[in-house]
Amino acid sequence: MRATTPTEDLLRGIWRENPVLIQLLGLCPALAVTNTVANGIAMGLATTFVLMGSSLLVSLLSDYIPKEVRISAYILIIATFVTLVDLILAAVVPDIHKALGAFIALIVVNCMILGRQEAFASRRPVGRALLDAAGTSAGFMIALLLMSGFRELLGNGSLLGVDVMGPGFEPWIIMILPAGGFFMLGFILLALAWWQGRAQPPVKPRRWPNGVTTTTHANAAPRERDKVVA
Amino acid sequence: MSTQPVPGNGPGVAEVQSWRLVTTLAVAGMLAGLLIVLVFQWAHPRILDHQERAVTAAVDVVLSAPERTERYFVVDGQLRAEAPEGSDTLRLERVFLGFDASDAPIGYAVRGGEAGFQDIITVLFGYHPARDEVLGMLVLDNKETPGLGDKIVKDTAFVAAFQGVRAPIQGVKARAGSGAETEVDMITGATISSRAVIDIINHRIEALGPILKRHLETRVAGSGAST
Amino acid sequence: MNELIWILISAMVVNNFTLALFLGLCPFLGVSGRVATALRMGAANIFVMVITSLAAWFLNSYVLADAPYLRIISFIVVIASLVQIVEMAIKKLSPALFRELGIFLPLITTNCAILGLAIFQTNRGYGLAEGLFFAVGAGLGVTLALVLMASIRERIELSDVPALARNMGLVLILAGTLSLAFTGFAGLFSS
Repeated sequence: MRATTPTEDLLRGIWRENPVLIQLLGLCPALAVTNTVANGIAMGLATTFVLMGSSLLVSLLSDYIPKEVRISAYILIIATFVTLVDLILAAVVPDIHKALGAFIALIVVNCMILGRQEAFASRRPVGRALLDAAGTSAGFMIALLLMSGFRELLGNGSLLGVDVMGPGFEPWIIMILPAGGFFMLGFILLALAWWQGRAQPPVKPRRWPNGVTTTTHANAAPRERDKVVA
Repeated sequence: MSTQPVPGNGPGVAEVQSWRLVTTLAVAGMLAGLLIVLVFQWAHPRILDHQERAVTAAVDVVLSAPERTERYFVVDGQLRAEAPEGSDTLRLERVFLGFDASDAPIGYAVRGGEAGFQDIITVLFGYHPARDEVLGMLVLDNKETPGLGDKIVKDTAFVAAFQGVRAPIQGVKARAGSGAETEVDMITGATISSRAVIDIINHRIEALGPILKRHLETRVAGSGAST
Repeated sequence: MNELIWILISAMVVNNFTLALFLGLCPFLGVSGRVATALRMGAANIFVMVITSLAAWFLNSYVLADAPYLRIISFIVVIASLVQIVEMAIKKLSPALFRELGIFLPLITTNCAILGLAIFQTNRGYGLAEGLFFAVGAGLGVTLALVLMASIRERIELSDVPALARNMGLVLILAGTLSLAFTGFAGLFSS
């Protein structure tokens, strides 16, 4: 395994390996609860708590957990923290608990959390594991804020419940519907692809049998068809 | 067959290993359980408190802020103050009887839920069985389309129309009614959601109306006799 | 009976797990390249969902009544072990079936559609029959979404998509379009 610096551990999850925008993990909460910014923030904080707590415990206990049952043990630890956050939210902020509903319990199956335990926390000292968890959580939070910010702004004309678009604005209802979640993430991913592809010059234009000419970005994923031809 | 012990493959070693696996998981499970129970002890009274307050607030809306309320469980076509032994109190249907400042009964708060446009709509409504009158309506839960179906919550004229309407309620197109006291104007663009709310209330009254009527008579007679 | 049919149809199309509730997105995005694979994934999903529904009903009725706070942990542990046991049984009894479905089973266990099913069933207080109709409906809905998406993606393979969109971005926009189409099913069972 390549050695990393503490700064790298912290920053990796925020942008270069952002769990939602780059790795496409944890999409279920990122789409389901981002119809308002308040819900997005609450889900981000709840996930942060679970990820930090599990990483801490897994990193501390990794020497004592036999390899064969490690996944079960990680899931047990994660499920414990999820139950805790579920109870705490219900006791302290019942409105938000009601708005997030079953999606709090579903943090258990957020592959991002289990992935960080298996790939990182179980093999590193506590400090590094916490830095990594903090970075990944921050990356998750950024993605949730991005999604929920645009969706609430366009779908409801408000941010955090405060009207910002003025009375003349007709809300785009579709943005707070489930379809809007898919569209928003799709647009963000397309924008990212465009931004990343901008740096590279396009490869030589390609002429198709039907007379259409296209240019392909150097970093575009090859299609199944191209693979077969190659 | 080799007599050489193979490290890590002998039956003894495997047993020790699986013993260790089970112990690790058992210890982890016990610790997890302990932690959860501790937090549950702290959180549970608060959660119950929130639920109680939410119910009180909802009853306040549909019965116009009663002075005090009595809670009843619906068991076998009767209202009982205490749930029968061994029954799950959270699964039983509950109704609330509200009293005003002079201790006269205002009416019952009843809950109902049925399929709306998207998913189940749950409402709480106030009902006076003797006058056959709906006193108020509050949507507790809905997943109706934002901007259209959710007007059953946001349209104040629609919500207010349920105060003092006679049951069974008839949903009519906006401004097309005859002005009868059983009519509620449905919301334009949210007809199905409006109708669902009306249907829920009518169906609950159909099912519970006679029970509530009997209960109110005996309740009033009972309190009259004791004072 | 009407109630049960409503639960089935509601879980299948009106409140489709994938397109309206965002549950089970990993297989939806990951295993939707080919229709044949999508169909098998869907079948495995229906199968696991029915097992999950039975397990959740049993736990709720007989084990968790006094300890609701252990729900998340026991659901995940019981579902994971049950699927593992069933997987071993299938491997032993029908290697052919195992080759068709088996590889998907471990993938499905840690899928939010499965835990989501158990939790929704609990929150709505479904009994045994209601839970089973809910599970079959949800499973059919997930299969429908998978197969639709796979059919579209098979076509896209053959069309000239801009390089920029040849990643998940386009798939998500397609999912949004499907989701929008599915909102048309709302009100299916209303007067």
